[in-house]
Formats: sequence, structure tokens, C-alpha cells
Amino acid sequence: MHAESLTSIFLNAAIVNNFVLAMFLGICPFLGVSGKKETAWNMGLAVIFVLLVSSAAAYGINWLLVRLGLEFLRLICYIALIASAVQLVEMFIKRFSPTLFRSLGIYLPLITTNCAVLAIALFQTSREYDFVQSLVFALGAGVGFTLALMLMAGLRERLALARVPNVTQGAALTLMLAGLLSLAFMGFAGIGGSHG
Amino acid sequence: MSQLPSRQEDLSPDTFLRGLWKENPIFVTALGMCPTLAVTNSAVNAIAMGLATTLVLVGSGVLVSMLRDWIPKQVRIASYIIIIATFVTMVDYGIQAISLDLYAALGAFIQLIVVNCIILGRAEAYAAKQRVIPTLVNSLGTGFGFTLALLSLGVVREILGAGTLFGLPLFGTDYQPWLVMVLPPGGFFVLGAWLLLFNWLRQRNERRLAESSGVAANAR
Repeated sequence: MHAESLTSIFLNAAIVNNFVLAMFLGICPFLGVSGKKETAWNMGLAVIFVLLVSSAAAYGINWLLVRLGLEFLRLICYIALIASAVQLVEMFIKRFSPTLFRSLGIYLPLITTNCAVLAIALFQTSREYDFVQSLVFALGAGVGFTLALMLMAGLRERLALARVPNVTQGAALTLMLAGLLSLAFMGFAGIGGSHG
Repeated sequence: MSQLPSRQEDLSPDTFLRGLWKENPIFVTALGMCPTLAVTNSAVNAIAMGLATTLVLVGSGVLVSMLRDWIPKQVRIASYIIIIATFVTMVDYGIQAISLDLYAALGAFIQLIVVNCIILGRAEAYAAKQRVIPTLVNSLGTGFGFTLALLSLGVVREILGAGTLFGLPLFGTDYQPWLVMVLPPGGFFVLGAWLLLFNWLRQRNERRLAESSGVAANAR
């Protein structure tokens, strides 16, 4: 695992095992904020930032916990850490871009309960990545998330103009689309070696 | 200090049944999608995940309800998350002790129960305001509703994708498994198909209701 190259970690997290479409992490914002391309892009950037901050901090915390022999507290520490990281991003965005803050709305604090963020912390621990590998892994996952979100938003913007049957309105149609996207991403399987 | 709860619910069958159907966490309120799609590639995994979530839901709901007068309003979300994380850690170690195979199959998704919106949603919307017993019953209902939804996905995906149910082969050896159904896209397709079915049923009901009231109006 240690010998894995940085490129391979990045590609694996971003495309081959795409966090949203192949591992089902972060589905809630994926279905919720993918209505418009602009919001999706901003959401993607916010998530990348939170991922990087929490990945770095989780690495430090884990090192400390292992030293003290308190591994069973890992989950509780991680979640507290992510909540603070999200708070930080929220303050940051509110200060520098109030418009963006308003357009993200409720989804910003909800990044705390985005499984992708906690999963990053858990995966980098279980795969024993070192510090740089962890950061690259987090960046790859964030880019993958943004990519999936943007693709979906593009599709949905197009669909808003199309006539679809009455029954397929709402979540059902979005899920079917996500299935097709996921099918497309399966084409990348095997490029970078797999581990679930 | 939080203000006294304004309106407390009395215990009734509806306290339990609501979670099963009318407020089903997956099909109606669309919460907790990630584990729903990820672990439902077989019926056994679906049940295990459902029960683990129910356990956390009930445990944290009861504790939150017991502490509802002591938790200051400003830090309530953080407190709930700590309570939930505690129960998830317990369940995580429990499953590891009971069955290592199951633990491997569910993977990180046991620990990811922490960020399942259903649990935080119940804690905030119900347990924080209601007495202990109704909370217990309501959490159980929601948990079973979640398990039921997971099972309805898991069964369909296992039958179509592997030709088995609970590991027992259903069809003869000639059956060609529809492999995509146990792979990630299958999760999206099956959940989408269930939602389509419910949409269709609901619209048909509404149409019938409109027709029958229209007939009644004409007859008058």
C-alpha cells in the first residue's frame, strides 16, 4: 500500500472508484445541490476545501490517538473534527462571499453529515497512507465529487427543458440518470488497480 | 436552558406505524441514501445494516430524550453527534465480535452510520421534544421502516443480480445473473424503479379520487 504512486491514488479516488458514483458516498448533496451548474461548482469547491482540511487534521489526530493507545475514540474525534472544519469553511465563505453563502444555504452546514468527508478520514487510516498520500487522496476524492456533481447538474439543466412523463418527476428520474452515469464510470474499472 | 416542550405526543399505534410507511425514511423523506445504495447488494447485508442502524437509532433516541432538559440549546447538535458516535462505536465493535465476514462485507459503512441523516433527524425532530417511551417506540418504527426499505432493495438486487435469495439459489443453473444489478449502477436503478412505482400508485390514487368526487358532484 505504501508503494502506491501519488498519481495512481489520485486517479483511483477521482475516477476509477469515484466517490459518488462507484462508492455511494455523498449521495445527499449529489441529489440535493445538482440542480444548477453554478451552485454545483461552488459546492464542489467547498467540499474539496473541507476534505483537505479534515484529512490533514485527521492524520494528526490519528497519530496522537495511536500514541496514547486510544484508538476506540477515533470515530468520535473524527466527527468532532469535521464539524469544526465545516464551521471554519462556513465562516470563511460568509466573510468573503455572502452571495455564495446564501446560494449554498442549508447544504453548507450539512457537509458535516456528508459521508465522503468522514469516509476520507476512515479510509486513509485503514489504508495507512502517509501525510502526503492522504492529502492527494482527499484532493482526488474532492475532484471526483465535483466532477460527478457537475455532470449531473449539466444533465439536469438540459432535462428541465425536456418533456418527461408525469410519473418520472423528481427523485426517481434523478436516480435513473445517476445509474446511467455510474454505468458509464464503470468503464474505467481496472485502470488503476482496485481496492474497495 | 431549553424551554419546556410545548406539545408531547401520547403513545398510539401511529407513533410506531408512521415510521414504517407514511414517513418512511427512504421512500418518502429520502434520508440516509448512502448506506441504502451501498450495502443492499444482498438481502443479508441489507438486514444487518438495517438492524445496526435501528440499534443506534433507538439507543441514541432514548438517551437524547432522557437528557433533553439538560442539553443547552446552543450545543445540542454537537451533543447529539457525540451521543450517536458513542453508540456507533459500540455497534461497530459488537458486529466485529459477532461475525467477521459481515464486518468485512459492510466495511466502512458501519462507522458511517454516524453521518446517517435519519438518526440526527430523529434526534432533532422527535427525541429532543418527546418523552422516553414514545421516543423508543417511534425510533423502533423508523428503524424498521428503514430496514424494510433496505430489504426491498436488497431482495430485488440479489434475485436479479445473483439469482439467489438469502444465499439460496432460486433458479436453475441456466440462469445468467444480471451482474449489473449487484454493481453500483444497479443500486441507483432499483431505487429509481421503486420510486417510479410509488409515484405511479400515488398518481393513480389521486386520479381515482378526483374521478369519484367528480361523479358524486355530477349526480347531485
